Amino acid sequence: MNRVVITGLGVVAPNGVGLDAFLKAIKNGTSGITFHQQLADLNFSCCIGGIPQISEEKKLEYLTPLQLRGFNSSGILYGCIAGIDAWKDAGLSVEADSELDVDSGTIFGTGTSGVEKFREAIYKLDDKQVKRLGSTVVVQTMASGISAFLGGILGLGNQVTTNSSACTTGTEAILMGYERIKNGQAKRMLVGSCSDDGPYIWGGFDAMRVMTYKHNDSPEKGSRPMSESASGFVPGAGAGALVLESLESALERNATIYAEVLGGNINSGGQRDGGTMTAPNAEAVQRCIKDAITNANISANDIDTINGHLTATSKDGLEIENWTKALHRKGDDFPYINSLKSMVGHCLAASGSIESVATILQLKEQFVFPNINCEDVHPEILELISKEKIITKSLKTDLNIAAKASFGFGDVNGCVIFKKYKK
Amino acid sequence: MTKDQLIAKLKTIVQPYIQDEDAFNNLSEETDFINDLKINSANLVDVILDVEDEFDIRIENDDMEKMISVRAAMDVVNEKLAAK
Repeated sequence: MNRVVITGLGVVAPNGVGLDAFLKAIKNGTSGITFHQQLADLNFSCCIGGIPQISEEKKLEYLTPLQLRGFNSSGILYGCIAGIDAWKDAGLSVEADSELDVDSGTIFGTGTSGVEKFREAIYKLDDKQVKRLGSTVVVQTMASGISAFLGGILGLGNQVTTNSSACTTGTEAILMGYERIKNGQAKRMLVGSCSDDGPYIWGGFDAMRVMTYKHNDSPEKGSRPMSESASGFVPGAGAGALVLESLESALERNATIYAEVLGGNINSGGQRDGGTMTAPNAEAVQRCIKDAITNANISANDIDTINGHLTATSKDGLEIENWTKALHRKGDDFPYINSLKSMVGHCLAASGSIESVATILQLKEQFVFPNINCEDVHPEILELISKEKIITKSLKTDLNIAAKASFGFGDVNGCVIFKKYKK
Repeated sequence: MTKDQLIAKLKTIVQPYIQDEDAFNNLSEETDFINDLKINSANLVDVILDVEDEFDIRIENDDMEKMISVRAAMDVVNEKLAAK
């Protein structure tokens, strides 16, 4: 069995595009949430969201003018930027005419692809203009559009696929790529996930009344995981990407190693025993965390910090309870815990990968990023863990092991364990 | 429209899709879209759409299949313009 390490990172987040900007933002607790007039014009209850800022010049650094003709898929754009950045960060080359790399593949997830492009196509179709769609609709709206783009840009000859498991997608992609390298089927896997921005991807959530409508005048205060005044999540978008590599290959190449993937677990609550399409089966969540710990061959006491799912809905308290039960740790004995969503909102399918990038940066830089908007921790949560574990200012501290979990619609769970790499 | 004007217009239309600069610079009536200009076959439909827009004509499936070279494209465009 191969050991698996992380040798490259890339990120497109509402509060920072590119590793340097993102690291600075999460250290400072910078919010990427802003008001969007388009949402207000469309009568959304929640008119705030997190959208990464990408200039036209920046797009041309990643996609050719031909690829950008008729291009209207923000998720694929974010995924390509994060993926290419991660690949370069790992010291690997990006050449249009490179040799086919049979040892490298990608598992790059998404929830739905090119929803704006799809809308554009539907208008044309209904106007009986099917012949006028051109060649770009399929590749931008097929779920695997993002892995298809990245596979071609990087010349990947191993598995090239897209996974989809709602808000667990990003975390699941990491674990799927990890397994493939561990089992010796690939040397390198570019793993990650992306999500479109905008009303057509967020509308369904607004209709479910799970997004906050109380902060249209105070966008940066809107995303409040673990807070007593949390009133629903704030939608976000972007992409996160990791280059996973066998330790052997990383050492051979003398690559920078950010951290090691020790293991993890993916499961489902089967929408039984309290679990539904939209609510978690608590026992399954706890089992997912416990099995991740077993799989990583560590003890629950080894975990120094947790990056939770913690969306800022009424379920945050239940998530904390699940962690305390799964780890048998509470009060002062509980690890540090944070939620990136306080700064970037809930990036949906992209959340697991963006948040994993943040978690890995914490291990590399030895700090815990702050929970912003959590000055009023929910009393339910304070009955379970002490306030000192929910830091609100960036904290320099020694970290060895971090756990990252994501939970998604369909009652699906994922938990991955990262460890600081020591030679 | 003279032959040279038509070729010049077609040259501008295909430019975004070509993958062989030399063949593009030497573009003539004899130039083949796929074999010479190395246009991705999936992009041929986009070339057709751009030709439709430029000349304000509609090109049906039968004509579309023929349009794989500069000469064939010129024939189809001239025919459609004459029928207008």
